[in-house]
Amino acid sequence: MLEKFFNVKKRDIPGGLWTKCPSCNNAIYTRELNDNLKVCHHCNYHFRLTVQERIDITFDSFNEMFSGILPVDSLNFVDTMPYSDRLKEASSKTGKEEAILVGIGTIADKQIAAGIIDFDFVGGSMGSVVGEKIFRITNYARENKFPLVLFSSSGGARMQEGMLSLMQMAKTSMVVGKYKEMGGLYISVLLHPTTGGVSASFATLGDIIVAEPGALIGFAGPRVIEQTIRQKLPQGFQRSEYLLEHGMIDSVVERKTLKETLKKLVTWHGY
Amino acid sequence: MAIDKNEQYIDFEKPIVELYNKIEELKRASAETGEDMNGEIEALQQRVENLYRVTMKDLTPYQRLQIARHPKRPTTMDLISGVFEDWFEMRGDRLYRDDPAIIGGIAKLSGISVVVLGHQKGNDTKSNVYRNFGMPYPEGYRKAMRLMRHAQKFNLPLITFIDTPGAYPGIEAEERGQSNAIAESICLMSSLSVPSLAIVIGEGGSGGALAISVADRIAMFENSVYSVISPEGCASILFRDAKFANEAACALKMTSYDLLGLDIIDEIIEEPLGGAHRDKELTILKVKECIQRNIKNLTNLSEEERKIAKWKKYASMGKYSSK
Ligand SMILES: [Zn+2]
Repeated sequence: MLEKFFNVKKRDIPGGLWTKCPSCNNAIYTRELNDNLKVCHHCNYHFRLTVQERIDITFDSFNEMFSGILPVDSLNFVDTMPYSDRLKEASSKTGKEEAILVGIGTIADKQIAAGIIDFDFVGGSMGSVVGEKIFRITNYARENKFPLVLFSSSGGARMQEGMLSLMQMAKTSMVVGKYKEMGGLYISVLLHPTTGGVSASFATLGDIIVAEPGALIGFAGPRVIEQTIRQKLPQGFQRSEYLLEHGMIDSVVERKTLKETLKKLVTWHGY
Repeated sequence: MAIDKNEQYIDFEKPIVELYNKIEELKRASAETGEDMNGEIEALQQRVENLYRVTMKDLTPYQRLQIARHPKRPTTMDLISGVFEDWFEMRGDRLYRDDPAIIGGIAKLSGISVVVLGHQKGNDTKSNVYRNFGMPYPEGYRKAMRLMRHAQKFNLPLITFIDTPGAYPGIEAEERGQSNAIAESICLMSSLSVPSLAIVIGEGGSGGALAISVADRIAMFENSVYSVISPEGCASILFRDAKFANEAACALKMTSYDLLGLDIIDEIIEEPLGGAHRDKELTILKVKECIQRNIKNLTNLSEEERKIAKWKKYASMGKYSSK
């Protein structure tokens, strides 16, 4: 009986019985945390979700597309390790081959073209593959008249691909621009953190932009800004609520209402 | 070749300057003693020129970056006043203020009107503070967008000059939507159907450079750089120490030759021996030729042909494998 109890526990609760909240330092019963969509019920801290968890809480079903597009080390880039080794390391850590998953998800009877960036894969950075997959799923959405929802959490462009990665900002902004021009609804969901080349391209081009509470969103990282201006940053700087106040996003949406919000917005735009 | 003793030299120019000084010494000695040293002097002059050529050919990416950042390097303003017969500067974003780190307006070139804009650096401390070292705020990009729309409305070719360490990372820049301003500018520029040419004249620093570079054709000055991140920034993040900037500059493939090889840019504008700042007039002639040729070629295409070509150009950016 006890053994069976523990087996169930082990499967349901990866990472131990208790989880410490990095925001309020409270120990949370992990199962309770998972039941609450990984949101701390003491302080509302939104823990990072894996891509699969994001899909599970957002869509009723999901079909991945364009999975056969794989990264290459075109520059033979070596920093503290070769880029090719870094890619292998990221793959074995995440079980994924790149930092984005795209496909068609459904919410009730609505089909939605979606992309979810995986922050755990080289910081969710955008290289050629991330750019190409966003390009293809956006074109697919335009051709099939599907709404487009992109979930971003990224440190920016993938430095190890040099200018090839910077050009993904142009490629993704161009394709999203055309999709919008042709009448498509693009909802950008900003997750913690979204900075650099991703925030300065498709992620801030949504017809509607929403963010999860407390997400860090900005062009430059806070450390770079602090070093540049040599002064302390204001309280809550670059967080979702701060961006809302400054007119940069439409809404801060709690994780538990995100699915309903997306469904509502998609429906209200005639999909 | 003209070498001015009062100029600032880059480390790799030292042996050249030393040889040059020796020539000057010989000339002086010759004048004092009346001895004919012309043969010797000429040989030395030949040597110094050859050495300069060889040195310039073998520069490391980081050395090229030093030329790209040279305080005497021609700026957007220098090129606008040199290349065009006349121009009318258009200022302000109509939303917040005029950002001096981006300038632009309407200009005349051999009878045709074009819209021109670019990052503007200063050439001394005072002007650099005024120009914010060529690092725009969001309003700079919003001014650029105003000019892009102007070009599109009046069917005028658009010329942009790229020279920035990057968009400014600061509190107010973030509050006023630096990310969104850059994203909108990239998106707008990618959708334009008027002939457009971007020329990287100095530093092409990341998204802040890309924001006004999404043109039909991209040219680069030979010694300019264009990069996803500064080598210093890359070194401190990826190499864990800013002193590896040299290594990072090599790894990032940021020189004009690297980027021509990667099909990121379309052409290289050769610089005078020692860099664009050594002969501004020659530089201006080359820029003028490049602009005129590209406008002519792009104007020969229909609007639809330009749109399709531009879409294909940016759609094919990136390298990956397929399974
Ligand atoms: Zn908490």
